[in-house]
Amino acid sequence: MTLLVLCDHDRGVISDSAFEALTFARSIAGSENLSLQAVLIGQGSEQAAESVISFGVETVNVASHEFLIDYGPEAWGETLTQIANETSAKIIVSCGTDRGNEVLAHVAARLEMPFLANCRKIQIENDSSTATRIQWGGSLLEDVTSNAGVQIFSVEHHSTEPEADASSGSGSIVEFKPDLDSALTRTLVVDRVVRTHGITLTTAPIVVGGGRGVGSAEGFAPLEELAEEIGGVVGCSRAVTNNGWRPHSDQVGQTGNRIAPEIYIASGISGAIQHWVGAMAAKNILAINTDPEANMVTKAGYAVLGDLHEVIPAITAEVRSRRNA
Amino acid sequence: MKILVCVKRVPAPGARINVTEDGREVDSTHLGFTTSPHEECAVEEAVQLAESHGGEVTAITLGPEAAEEQLRYAASVGVNNLVLLPIDEPDWDPQKTADALTKAITEIESSEGVFDLILFGNESADAGGFQVGIRVSHQLGRPIVNGIKNIEIADNEVEAQREIDGGFEVYKLPIPAALGVREGINLPRYPTMKGRLASKKAELKTLEFSAVDGGQKRNKLHRPEEQVSETVILGNGPEAAPAIVDLLEELGVLQ
Repeated sequence: MTLLVLCDHDRGVISDSAFEALTFARSIAGSENLSLQAVLIGQGSEQAAESVISFGVETVNVASHEFLIDYGPEAWGETLTQIANETSAKIIVSCGTDRGNEVLAHVAARLEMPFLANCRKIQIENDSSTATRIQWGGSLLEDVTSNAGVQIFSVEHHSTEPEADASSGSGSIVEFKPDLDSALTRTLVVDRVVRTHGITLTTAPIVVGGGRGVGSAEGFAPLEELAEEIGGVVGCSRAVTNNGWRPHSDQVGQTGNRIAPEIYIASGISGAIQHWVGAMAAKNILAINTDPEANMVTKAGYAVLGDLHEVIPAITAEVRSRRNA
Repeated sequence: MKILVCVKRVPAPGARINVTEDGREVDSTHLGFTTSPHEECAVEEAVQLAESHGGEVTAITLGPEAAEEQLRYAASVGVNNLVLLPIDEPDWDPQKTADALTKAITEIESSEGVFDLILFGNESADAGGFQVGIRVSHQLGRPIVNGIKNIEIADNEVEAQREIDGGFEVYKLPIPAALGVREGINLPRYPTMKGRLASKKAELKTLEFSAVDGGQKRNKLHRPEEQVSETVILGNGPEAAPAIVDLLEELGVLQ
């Protein structure tokens, strides 16, 4: 019997989220005496397979099929379901990313089992589990019991530090050929539109965020300038996108992006929970705000009390003068 | 075209969410209620699609009687038909919710014809189960893709774009189809006075269903332990700039 971990990758480049899920799942496989197995689907899986073995998996199931070139939620869900049936899976895990949650929901619908999205903790006992999962993007926790022959859950993204297994032996790579109905091609990715090359909000080491306090779309120019100077990316709060000052793709928050930079510079942002849950995985937070009582200021590790319209340009100037010194 | 949009009534929280003493639900004593944000955008999208392609929009919700408020709001921004599936508890588990919605949709479609498009929110703001839309679509045998931020209708096909890091994935689903919509697909309109008045008179259909319990049971809700961190004040105003840059250098993030 197996514990399957769906490992997300983008055409061969495995994402950190997969390592988080493997790390989380490893101890469960150990205590439940299950064979820890990874599942890789789609083009590039072979390249990605080697990198997951060091995380202690016994077997890497590499699924290939003419319909599995690019991503497709239904085709991936069906494939993972077939691997689960084939290997008598007791537990199926993924990281709680967009794809991870989507594919597991498809698996759960097919197996008619519960699906617990975004768990922080889970304890398995036979056909039952008790989990703590996030609600409200992490502002609230739910303790939940799930009774199911197959336990399906995702691990909250950024809640586990990936850790390779030093004692891991030599895992084997097994090819799996799913039997896929051509109807499943209806939800395959047919094209891709690239908007930005290079660093994005979710990969940037520095995010310069602006909120209602920025005051206008034009008010973001100094934030852009600072971000450019220090190799960061500009983000914003929901108030900003609701006002139409920035595109929604720049939004940090429960309904926007979850960021995890080295430092988040949050300027003119009050820190309502909707925003906070998108920013809380940042390793450091510097709040710039005129209000010392603002939620963002009291929750941040560092704060500067003052008007962002004066502070932000001063940071840019200071960086430049040190570079020129 | 006929469009169905599924919405959920959720509390509208500010800086903090409290839980009732028994831990069963969010303490909404001092909170208002709203439509879950992704779904508010799904409503707007449905109305815009009906405006440009013709047809009508139905909004459906499973929730307490008070969820009528969210259906009326949908009517005030242009939704034509309202359907309420009333429940006595604060919330149903995702499998049970999906079961009831599937039965309701099947019944509506058997008398009024198939919906060309069913829109869900990507996930609800409160429970965040990430699954009801997928379960319903699977039971109805319809294709569904989540995370959608752009929709175009062509002949018997819907082109949908999903935002990923640094770009978009493009999908083409045959109609009838379902989509999980994300906030940002549009900027929802505010209701006009005329819309508000009309929404009060809009017909609301109530359907009752028995649904099967899922395997997931809530024990309690609680707030995460707050990390009490002393905030280090680096300074006041622009004079703090050197201290900020010192910090950036210390963290080794400057390029």
